[in-house]
Amino acid sequence: MRLLTHNMLSSNIKGLTSGFPLGIEVEKTEEKEVEMNADFLRNMFAKVEWKALVEAAKTLGYTELPDNVEPSMLDSDEFLRRFHHALLELHLEEGALVCPETGRKFPVNKGIPNMLLHEDEILLQ
Amino acid sequence: MWYLCVFYHRLLEYRKAEFESLAGLFEGCSGATHLQWRLPEDHHPDSPFHFVNLPSEETARFIANRMVVIEMDAFVGILVKGIYEIWGEGRSFEELEEAVRIYPDERKTLYLSSGTTFRITVECFGKAISFPEQNERIQKLAFVPFQVPLLQGRVNLRNPDHNFCLIDNDDYGDKNGLPPASQRRIFFGREVGASNRKILQTYQLKSRKYLGPTAMDAEMAFLMANQAQVKPGKLVYDPFVGTGSILIGAAHFGAMTMGADIDIRVVRDGRGPDCNIRSNFKQYGLPMPVSLLRADNNLPPWRADLKEMFDAVICDPPYGVRAGGRKSGGRKLLKGAVDPYTVPDDKRVGHIPSTAPYSLVECVHDLLDLAAKMLVMGGRLVYFYPVMRDEDSPDPTFPEHPCFESVATCEQILSFRYSRVLLTMVKVAPYTEEIESTARLRHLEFKENHLKWLEDGNLHSAVFSPADVTGEKLSSKPKYRGKYV
Repeated sequence: MRLLTHNMLSSNIKGLTSGFPLGIEVEKTEEKEVEMNADFLRNMFAKVEWKALVEAAKTLGYTELPDNVEPSMLDSDEFLRRFHHALLELHLEEGALVCPETGRKFPVNKGIPNMLLHEDEILLQ
Repeated sequence: MWYLCVFYHRLLEYRKAEFESLAGLFEGCSGATHLQWRLPEDHHPDSPFHFVNLPSEETARFIANRMVVIEMDAFVGILVKGIYEIWGEGRSFEELEEAVRIYPDERKTLYLSSGTTFRITVECFGKAISFPEQNERIQKLAFVPFQVPLLQGRVNLRNPDHNFCLIDNDDYGDKNGLPPASQRRIFFGREVGASNRKILQTYQLKSRKYLGPTAMDAEMAFLMANQAQVKPGKLVYDPFVGTGSILIGAAHFGAMTMGADIDIRVVRDGRGPDCNIRSNFKQYGLPMPVSLLRADNNLPPWRADLKEMFDAVICDPPYGVRAGGRKSGGRKLLKGAVDPYTVPDDKRVGHIPSTAPYSLVECVHDLLDLAAKMLVMGGRLVYFYPVMRDEDSPDPTFPEHPCFESVATCEQILSFRYSRVLLTMVKVAPYTEEIESTARLRHLEFKENHLKWLEDGNLHSAVFSPADVTGEKLSSKPKYRGKYV
C-alpha cells in the first residue's frame, strides 16, 4: 500500500467525528523504485493532505519531506524527487491502518488494505 | 478536410463513438465531439466506408495511428482500419481516372516526388482477391503520374514513405450480411494512417495469466479506454476491478491505474503468488497499479473532503446476471430477520463481514455518486449497462445525473434476450453539497427498501428464465448484428 492510498483513506465507522488520518502499524515495509511522472505529481500535490503525508512517511522511516510546502517548490527537482519517493515508492506490505478515534484496525496484507466495515459499524438508519 | 475512413466490420455502434472520442482527445476537447460524416453514394449506413470531415491531417493520423510521446506500440483507433485522403472515386476506372486528373496537383506532387518511395495496396471489402487480380487493377492506375520522368517515385513494398490504396467495392459477397452495394464504387487515395491491431493479439485473454469469469476482453478494454480519452499521466479508477482486465487496457495507453473490489480473494490473493492482478500487469511489462484495495463501493473508504481525484472512472459493474454484486451489511440484518448485533471482541480479528446482495439500481446510483464526486471536471465515466432486448418495450432510458452529460451509447448484443450498452458520460457540473445530501438520502432509502430493490431489479431471472411460448422473433436488427458485430 502506497502513501498516496493512505492519504485518501479514512475510517468511515458510524458516528465518528473524523476517521482521517489513519494511524499506521508497521510490520513489514518495502521500497520499490518506479518511474517519475512530473505532471502526475503536480496533479497529486494539489489533492494531497500534506501533514498526513509527512507523518505517514515518518512512520515508514522516511524523514526527508519538508513540514511546510508551497506550490513553488514543485519547480525544484529535488523536492519532486522526495515527494515522488514518499508518495509512490514506499510500501506498507504487512501491518494495519488504525482508526484515530476508536483504535479499530484495518489490516493490510500483501500490500492490500482491507477497508470493509463490520456489520455493527454500519449506520442502519 | 474530408477523408475516407475505413472501419472494421464489427462492433458497429462503437466505431464512430471511438473515432469521435479520439478526435476530441487530440483536440483537447473533453466534451462530446460531433464530427461531420457522409456516406459514399449507394452505400448502406452499416458499411465500413464513411467520409469524415477532420480539421487537419494530424488529427487523422493521430486517430488512425496515434503518435505518443513515450515509447510504446503505435496505438490505433481499434476499430479503424485506415484513413485515406481520397484523390478520386467513381463507378468505373474511367470515372476514377477523370476524378484523379482533376484533383489538385499541389496535393498530388507532394507525395510523388523523386526520392520518395511508395506502394499500392488493393483492397476489396468482403472478399479476398488474388495477386494477379490485384496487379491487374494496379496496372489500370497508369494515369496516376507515378512514373513521370521528373517525378519518379520508387516502389518499396516493405517500408514505403507513402502508401496508396485502391479500394474496390465491386461485390461484397453475402457473407457479412450487408445488402449488396447497388453500384460498384472504386476509391483511390493516399493512406494517412492505418491500424495496427497487433496489440489485440498481445493482450488476448487466451494467454492472460489471471482470469475471472467476467474479465473484459482486450479489444473492449481498449475501446473503453479510448472512450474515456485515456492518455499518459491520467489517473483511472475501476471500483469493480476484479482481475484488472479493464485497467490493463488503460495502463497500455499510459494511464496510472487504481482499483478496488469487495472480494478480497480476487484483489489480494488471486490464485497464487504468480497468478493475480499484479502478475497480469507484469506479464505485459505494464507499470503496477498505483493502488489496489478491498472496499465496498456502497460504503467507500475515502476521506470526506476528497474529491476530483480521477481523470476517468472505467468499469463493468456487476449486474447480477453472471456475477452478483455484493455490498456491506449482513443479508439477514438488512432484511430485518436478525436484530442488529455486535461482533464479539474476541472474534473481531479475522472476522469476515457478511455481505448482502447489491441490486443494479443501487449499484449504478452509487457509481454515479462516486464518479460525480471523484472525477475532475471534464473527466469521463465509462461503464456498461445491461438492457433487456424486447421489441415491445420503449427505448431504454439510461441513468442520469445532474453532474453528467451523456456523450455516447453503444450497444453490443450478447444474447437473444439481452445486450449491454457502453455508456460514456462527461462531468460538466461540480458536485455540490445539495447533490451530496440528496445522494445520502437515497442511500438510506435503499437500505430501508432493501427487499423491494432486489425483487424489481432482478435481471438474472429475466435472462435465464425459460423462453416465452409465443416464439416471436425478438430481433428487429438485421442478422449480422450478432455478438461481435
